[in-house]
Amino acid sequence: MAPAALPMFDAFLLQAGYNATLVTLGSMLLGVAAGVTGTFLYLRKRSLISDALAHATLPGVGLAFLLMVALGGDGRSLPLLLVGAGLSALAGLLCVHLLSTRTRLPLDAAVGAVLSVSYGLGIVILTVIQTLSAGRQAGLEGFLLGSAAGMLRSDALLIGFGGATAALLVILFRRPLLLVAFDAGYAATRGVSPARTDLMLMVLVLAVTLTGLKVVGLILIVALLIIPPVAARLWSDRAGVVVAVAGGIGGAAGYGGAAASATAPDLPTGAVIVLLAFAAFVISLLVGPVRGLIPQALRRARMRGHLDGTG
Amino acid sequence: MIPHRQIAPVASLTVPALSISGLSVAYDDAIVVGDVDARFMSGTMTAIIGPNGAGKSSLLKATLGIVPKLAGHVAFFGEPLETIRDRVAYVPQRAGVDWDFPARVIDVVLMGLYGELGIFGRLRPSHEKRAMDCIARVGLTDFARRQIGALSGGQQQRVFLARALAQRADILLLDEPFAGVDAATEKALVQVLHALRDEGRAIVAVHHDLATVPAYFDHVLLLNRRRIAEGPVATAFTEKALAETYGTRGAAHV
Repeated sequence: MAPAALPMFDAFLLQAGYNATLVTLGSMLLGVAAGVTGTFLYLRKRSLISDALAHATLPGVGLAFLLMVALGGDGRSLPLLLVGAGLSALAGLLCVHLLSTRTRLPLDAAVGAVLSVSYGLGIVILTVIQTLSAGRQAGLEGFLLGSAAGMLRSDALLIGFGGATAALLVILFRRPLLLVAFDAGYAATRGVSPARTDLMLMVLVLAVTLTGLKVVGLILIVALLIIPPVAARLWSDRAGVVVAVAGGIGGAAGYGGAAASATAPDLPTGAVIVLLAFAAFVISLLVGPVRGLIPQALRRARMRGHLDGTG
Repeated sequence: MIPHRQIAPVASLTVPALSISGLSVAYDDAIVVGDVDARFMSGTMTAIIGPNGAGKSSLLKATLGIVPKLAGHVAFFGEPLETIRDRVAYVPQRAGVDWDFPARVIDVVLMGLYGELGIFGRLRPSHEKRAMDCIARVGLTDFARRQIGALSGGQQQRVFLARALAQRADILLLDEPFAGVDAATEKALVQVLHALRDEGRAIVAVHHDLATVPAYFDHVLLLNRRRIAEGPVATAFTEKALAETYGTRGAAHV
């Protein structure tokens, strides 16, 4: 063990106990999955849909809890809560799809409507739950902002496994995903259905969202899907590199956030993870070799030097 | 070497590269293409012309299965598209894609190999070499490793042509290939297209500028929701057919 004087480094060095180590590694894998999946979402210009999807999980969490309590349980089973979350997220996704394709409502308005209404519904259900004496409702609000502290070993394994699976699937199907993201019409002529590919992407985003619900929380998971790709874009003009860098940034943020949370259990894990991702974005914005501000200024200065030299 | 093949002359003389019969396309409740028949032969270059809203792009997209057909039959080299996707290349409007996408010229051209690689196939040096050959063919060798947003409009159009060559297409369907490029670039593009045609490929392009039709194309399809005229420029591209396509007012454009 490290000296007691420096307890906060224990978690970062995976020395804070077996459970904390599992949670830290699990949330790192989640971060990798979010960065990788989020990149394809970003390239397809669908980032915002993930926000509606995430908020639409909340009614499902509440209803799944109520159902479990009604059946005599304590309502704490993470897998069952996630099943509820997944079903209501799918319902929300369907609403966005129908509103944006069958009505004249533009996509952003449809996203806004579904996001706020399902969040409102979810909050009402959670409030009702808090007035009940049945079940152990404490901890449900952890789904809002995420809390890695006090997570069960099985929860951590579920999150790590879910994250790794989602990331692997996205990387496996990168070619059709990229083809559709760049040029959907051409993809269709090559036999790659844009509708089916988009559906697959949405299912993977849903998987990442559900996986991240406990750690990052439904309000902030969208940030973990958006910030790493945007930061990674500043580093490269090649999609493959952008995907890898985004996975790295997401993974580092997930790791750091969970470790910080193990050190200071009162910190909302999701918020710390998102702030770490944002720090990576700021660094990328400054020094990213392709589009970072400092390299850009240097290139301009060099060009000006050329002008002076010849003129 | 340059990656082009001669098409078996027997097949090209008898079976049209593309034949369309009774094709209709509708959006919501409006018919935008009505009962169109057309044949495009290998070794020819055809302009699809007609006024705005005449259904030119819709005809192209329905032919390629990008938008659904209301009715009709489409065959490439006598076969349905599903069985010979590699031989059919769609060259979309330049404005239709995001040129800020993180991709270099070679990355886009390699997308043309999707039919061969599939989802899981491994990208080999031979694939890269073929992509580079196609890039050389359209004169972009020096730009192969550039991000696509750094190219001019004409160069971007040539990237699409290289992608079509990489998939070894025998028919190219282009949606307004000359939109937004300057005159010199347009001439260069036409030269590439003529070379592809002279090797036996069929070129079909939605085109706007009536003045350049005789110089660029050997065949025309005049379209205004329905087929007005079709055939060699010499016989089908007439004052009368144009008046019928564009209305009498529109004939002044010529």
